[in-house]
Amino acid sequence: MKQLFVFIRKEFYHVFRDKRTLLIMFGLPIAQILLFGYAITSEVKNSHISISDNSRDANTEQLINKIKSSSYFIVDETSLSEQEIENTLKRGNVRCVLVFPPNFGNNLLHSGKAQIQIIADGSDPNTAKTLINYLTAIIADYQQEISPAAVLPYVIVPETRMLYNEEGNGSLNFIPGVMALILMIVCTALTAVAVVKEKELGTMEVLLVSPFKPIFVLISKAVPYLVLSLANFTLIVLLAVFVLNVEIKGSILLLFLVSTLFIITCLSFGLLISNVTSSQQTALLLSIMGMMIPTLIFTGFMFPIENMPWVFQVISNIVPSRWYFLIIKSVMLKGLGFAYIWKEVLVLIVMTLALLGVALKNFKIRLE
Amino acid sequence: MEEKVIICNDLTKQFGDFYAVNKISFDVYKGEVFGFLGANGAGKTTAMRILCGLSYPTSGKASVAGFDVYKQQESIKKNIGYMSQKFSLYENLTVSENIEFFGGIYGVERSEISMRRTDLIERLGLEKEVNKMVGELPLGWKQKLAFSVAIFHQPRIVFLDEPTGGVDPVTRRQFWDMIYEAAAGGITVFVTTHYMDEAEYCNRISIMVDGRIEALDTPENLKKNYSASSMDEVFYQLARGAKRSDN
Amino acid sequence: MKILRFLLQKEFRQIFRDKTIIAMMFMMPTVQLIILPLAMDLEVKNISLSIVDRDHSSYSQQLISKVGSSGYFKMVSMEPSYKEALKYVERDEADVVLEIPAGFERNLIREGKQKVGLSVDAIDGTKASIGGSYLNAIIADFTANLEINNKATTPTNYTSKSFIDVTYSTWFNPLAQFKYYLVPGILVLLLTMIGGFLSSLNIVREKEVGTIEQINVSPIKKWQFILGKLIPFWIMGIIVFTLGLVVCWLIYGIVSEGSLLLLYLFAAFYLIAVLGFGLLISTISDNQIQAMFLAFFFMMIFTLMGGLFTSVESMPDWARNISNLMPITHFIRVVRMVMLKGSGFADVQLEFFYIIVFGVILNGWAIWNYRKTA
Repeated sequence: MKQLFVFIRKEFYHVFRDKRTLLIMFGLPIAQILLFGYAITSEVKNSHISISDNSRDANTEQLINKIKSSSYFIVDETSLSEQEIENTLKRGNVRCVLVFPPNFGNNLLHSGKAQIQIIADGSDPNTAKTLINYLTAIIADYQQEISPAAVLPYVIVPETRMLYNEEGNGSLNFIPGVMALILMIVCTALTAVAVVKEKELGTMEVLLVSPFKPIFVLISKAVPYLVLSLANFTLIVLLAVFVLNVEIKGSILLLFLVSTLFIITCLSFGLLISNVTSSQQTALLLSIMGMMIPTLIFTGFMFPIENMPWVFQVISNIVPSRWYFLIIKSVMLKGLGFAYIWKEVLVLIVMTLALLGVALKNFKIRLE
Repeated sequence: MEEKVIICNDLTKQFGDFYAVNKISFDVYKGEVFGFLGANGAGKTTAMRILCGLSYPTSGKASVAGFDVYKQQESIKKNIGYMSQKFSLYENLTVSENIEFFGGIYGVERSEISMRRTDLIERLGLEKEVNKMVGELPLGWKQKLAFSVAIFHQPRIVFLDEPTGGVDPVTRRQFWDMIYEAAAGGITVFVTTHYMDEAEYCNRISIMVDGRIEALDTPENLKKNYSASSMDEVFYQLARGAKRSDN
Repeated sequence: MKILRFLLQKEFRQIFRDKTIIAMMFMMPTVQLIILPLAMDLEVKNISLSIVDRDHSSYSQQLISKVGSSGYFKMVSMEPSYKEALKYVERDEADVVLEIPAGFERNLIREGKQKVGLSVDAIDGTKASIGGSYLNAIIADFTANLEINNKATTPTNYTSKSFIDVTYSTWFNPLAQFKYYLVPGILVLLLTMIGGFLSSLNIVREKEVGTIEQINVSPIKKWQFILGKLIPFWIMGIIVFTLGLVVCWLIYGIVSEGSLLLLYLFAAFYLIAVLGFGLLISTISDNQIQAMFLAFFFMMIFTLMGGLFTSVESMPDWARNISNLMPITHFIRVVRMVMLKGSGFADVQLEFFYIIVFGVILNGWAIWNYRKTA
């Protein structure tokens, strides 16, 4: 055991001496979590809209003012001619055009029926749908205001409750996702590089001829990165809570325990990569360029996994960050206990054991 | 008086409070083989990099081929050849392609390149290896090729930084034959080395200790002055007092 | 110029000799462009619904079957109580709980007003808002078509006052298909990754191997060296872009509405900017590890903040400014405008201006930062 501590201490010296790696390990995740925590949001707001008002009466004016006062829209122009609509949308700034036909107010007052056309820029279909929904709601609201009599005698009123996210924080989903993504890539890449570097320099041979079990060599490589990753994780959580205002609803202890497990999974994966590669460059290409997009996709925070073809749904099961994402979403955002996440935890444990097993086996084979 | 191609006056290079090169002064004449000796970490490579225009000096004066090392590095570069300690031809280009590339970037005409290349390959006896990757050649051949490439554009001075490191004695001998040949052709040779037997081949040598030049003369005079029987002894007497080394 | 030709010859020889780089440059984007859009489906569909029907009346049955047949929802369970249904949300198996209270039908008829409960998992904002509004619309429609309403309201009464009929259309993409939005954007991302990663590793590799010394000691001009690195990757980039457009056409049936010439012209300037960025990273880094991490850092930012998946307008001001300072944001915008909407040069001239400025700054910086003499 004493030997183990000596080795672990040596690894710590390596890590702390390499200031640039430390900077990368801490600086990069912090910068990203801050940027993404604020910047990526699924909300749609500040959308530019132009209005083609061919009627110009009191009603259109009221309705336009109603749209102007909503935070979703920025009204660019109110007197667009119909010929200009296409060009306006092509210029790209305006996402949506609202067309009032001539005599809108007149029709509304006299025949009690008037039409509005919404033309949305379908090149971004999700935004288009959302904007159409917003506009329809504003119009329906206006209709209520001017003629309350249109109310039906029998109504069903839906009462909507926003679970887990009362304030409607649009970037809430991305925070655990980005956490999982960053931890996964940084942990894996750094461990892989740390081991491959010793191989490249030839110092691995020196370690292996020492009277020291190979498993301890691996453990001593992994421990410093485990400690650093945990420190890193703590920092990210603190940022999420105090800077991004994410409330941790579940047990903090549980959060740390499962995160430790996840970090160990990633470290094991890094060890495995280091076993199958012989140069830092390959290890890096594999663990960063090769893993970046798959991790981004299969973690499931950007793209719903249930929308994917079944092959991808199957593949997503072997991506550790997918399970971790589910776990922290449950613990951090939903405030659930261990009873709800034991399946995911089990999956991570099995993965870790399998990865470690393969890594160790490879390691021994190389020895013989 | 012979023409001076390198003039060096109190040249100094400082990293923080560390003097890698400390006020060195010397001249090198046209067509001579000038040996630049010193233990590891004595400052040879640093001094050489300044003269090649790869590094800025901190103070002092120096000119190479008549050009100032502070302001006219690019003009210096047109007139010199350089072979670094680290083997630096492209390993994933063939022999022929390396010659073509390095000739080309020094502005040698294409027709001239192919003429000189045929001649060079014949002299080195590399006819069979012309289209092999340089990475596949044995080290000794690589070094000879690297030297030939360094003087391919017929520079006025060629700088060689430990050119024979790790090479067997026979190849080293051949290598020095090539150096003499180049010198006879009017190219000034500035060479650093660890091998004291090689030092004997030089017209004049300087010995650097801890960033300073401690001795500078012909090998015969040095041996006489230090009443030594070989350059090895001279070097040992001077380097014994050194305070720093690589590690 | 003559010297530049020798540099180019050398770079091309090296690139073509390295079969892994060639494979990576051409295979990776082609394969990924075919596969990725299948996995990156942001369209909100398959919203999972858990229903609590405590009324079991004919109205509640009708409402449930109306929701079920709408096509937007996937019903995962019917539960006797809200608590049970909530468990599905907690396990991530349901997105929305629709709760029909006891006495729903009776109260509706007697009092003319009845509430139903919608509980939406709001962690995923898009799904929550779109799912919620679909359900609201279905309920409104259900209400309007209720037998009792039809009986109680004579047609004149119902439409008597003011009724605004809203029609809508999504131009340039009438079926609002997500692939039109995503595929051209992914093409830009892949082009950026290939160009950015490979060029950022290039100069730094010469540094590590030591061949850069031999270049530095030669009279090559700095701009010649950088240009010698840039041009080969630029040509490869244009080829990759062409392959990508072919994939868009063959696999996804997306053909550019606007001028191909305009698209290529922009791609040409864009590549200059991106490669300049990669080369800048390469000159800053001491070794390939640093270059790789730096490239990774920026690629993540490009991917997540360039407007590929989320709209740039909805970001806070400062984030939008950062986003606009990234070349990729402009190319994604232009590619969508030209390919999907058929926008012309006049519509994208400002983007051209930006991208040229980026190209000049990034390459100028790379040249300035590359030191032949340290």
